[in-house]
Amino acid sequence: MADGPRLNIDVDEKRFPGSAAPLLANFHVTIAPSQVVALVGPSGVGKSSLLRMIAGIDDAYAGTITIDGQAAGAAPPAGFVFQDSRLLPWLTALDNIRAVREQTTEAEARELLARVGLAGSENAYPAQLSGGMQRRVALARAFSVNPRLLLLDEPFVSLDAHLVAGVQRVFLDLVRDTRPTAILVTHLPEDAAKIADRAIVLDGRPARIAADIELTPAPDSRSAEQVRALAHALSNYDEATT
Amino acid sequence: MRWEFASPILLLVVWQVLAMLFPGRLFPTPIAVAIELWTDIVDGKLIADMAKTLRRAAISFTIAMALGTAIGILFGRSRFVDRLFSTWVIVGLNLPAVVIAIVLYIWLGLNELSIILAVIVNKVPLVVTTIREGVRSFSTDYDELALAFRMPFRRRLRLVFVPQLTPYVLAAARTGLALIWKIVLVFEVLGSDGGVGFRINTMFQFFDITGILAYTTAFIVVVLVFEYWVMRPLEHYVLRWRTDRG
Repeated sequence: MADGPRLNIDVDEKRFPGSAAPLLANFHVTIAPSQVVALVGPSGVGKSSLLRMIAGIDDAYAGTITIDGQAAGAAPPAGFVFQDSRLLPWLTALDNIRAVREQTTEAEARELLARVGLAGSENAYPAQLSGGMQRRVALARAFSVNPRLLLLDEPFVSLDAHLVAGVQRVFLDLVRDTRPTAILVTHLPEDAAKIADRAIVLDGRPARIAADIELTPAPDSRSAEQVRALAHALSNYDEATT
Repeated sequence: MRWEFASPILLLVVWQVLAMLFPGRLFPTPIAVAIELWTDIVDGKLIADMAKTLRRAAISFTIAMALGTAIGILFGRSRFVDRLFSTWVIVGLNLPAVVIAIVLYIWLGLNELSIILAVIVNKVPLVVTTIREGVRSFSTDYDELALAFRMPFRRRLRLVFVPQLTPYVLAAARTGLALIWKIVLVFEVLGSDGGVGFRINTMFQFFDITGILAYTTAFIVVVLVFEYWVMRPLEHYVLRWRTDRG
């Protein structure tokens, strides 16, 4: 069991070159250890950009982002799950996991694949896996890099509903077992209602926090009716902002 | 697969029929060519000539591929270099091969170096163009992936860059080989002290069409063996992850 880190996000300004208004200005959020936070909001509001700043991919901003007190760029890399699975097509599922972290042994990679329900698919190439299976490999890969901090950028987008449910189940199992800090970017309140402890609704330019809501009960014990109610509540905020 | 095997047999049958329809010294039958081929192999002449030609082709190919790949990567990565030297590549692509050979023969003399250099100069622009396009087509998504997971440079090179470049290297190798087979022979005809092209030129002086076809057949067999025993298995192995391969 690996408890996740605390995140302090203090962005004074994030602006794209040539853009009149900044994407983020005086944006401050603290994320508690092992919290699963959903960033909800319309496209272009800055959710994915914020995720890239936390991952240390984008450091062109004024302010600080710290992970357990360390600057984001100097902290251990986060486990990142992209919108597309972004597996390297010339590597097998097993090798995709080992590719991003040299220290991951074959046994560890096999175990991770088994944990996401892909035992037996170790030697399959991405093109031989379904969309849902590819996302599971991407999730396993993210866990192999850093089981304490996960950053997920619309990980369920363009998947069929039954595949989404499967990948979300795998994610919840991993979260229950390892208690990471996780940030999920989504434009769908339903995703947040199913798997997050907390939802931050963003809107406007520069982005402002339209709502910051603790989602109870815990995702694992949420009934279908409770999920619907939470999604409905989040939709109300979301619609009010668009 | 069976049709692939039927193809050369069909060619031989058509050849035999045509030779029977137009009999004469200038249109030998495949059987006559096969006998000539056997005789040339047994007396060692063909083997020696073939070895000379293959050696020239192998050296030129290796150097041209290495040089062209390195320059192509540079062109693909640096817009400045590409703009500054793109005209050179266009000139290189369109310069007649014979001109290059003649100029090098005049400058360096009728020797081994001139032939090999002429082949390299002919082939490098083709490799540069193919590799440049390959590097330009690199996915920025994979760059971001490597950045997000902070993959070290050498690991990124091995697992992200090289696999993306490999199909283009194979394409450059295949088109380059087709070109090299042809121009090595042309340059040997123009001036050399041996090799398949040199021998064909000698036979041409005596209108020895049976000998020319025997040498040509031997050369084609070597090219096909290389294609089916080296290039295709290599390509199949390197690109085994592609599901669109039949």
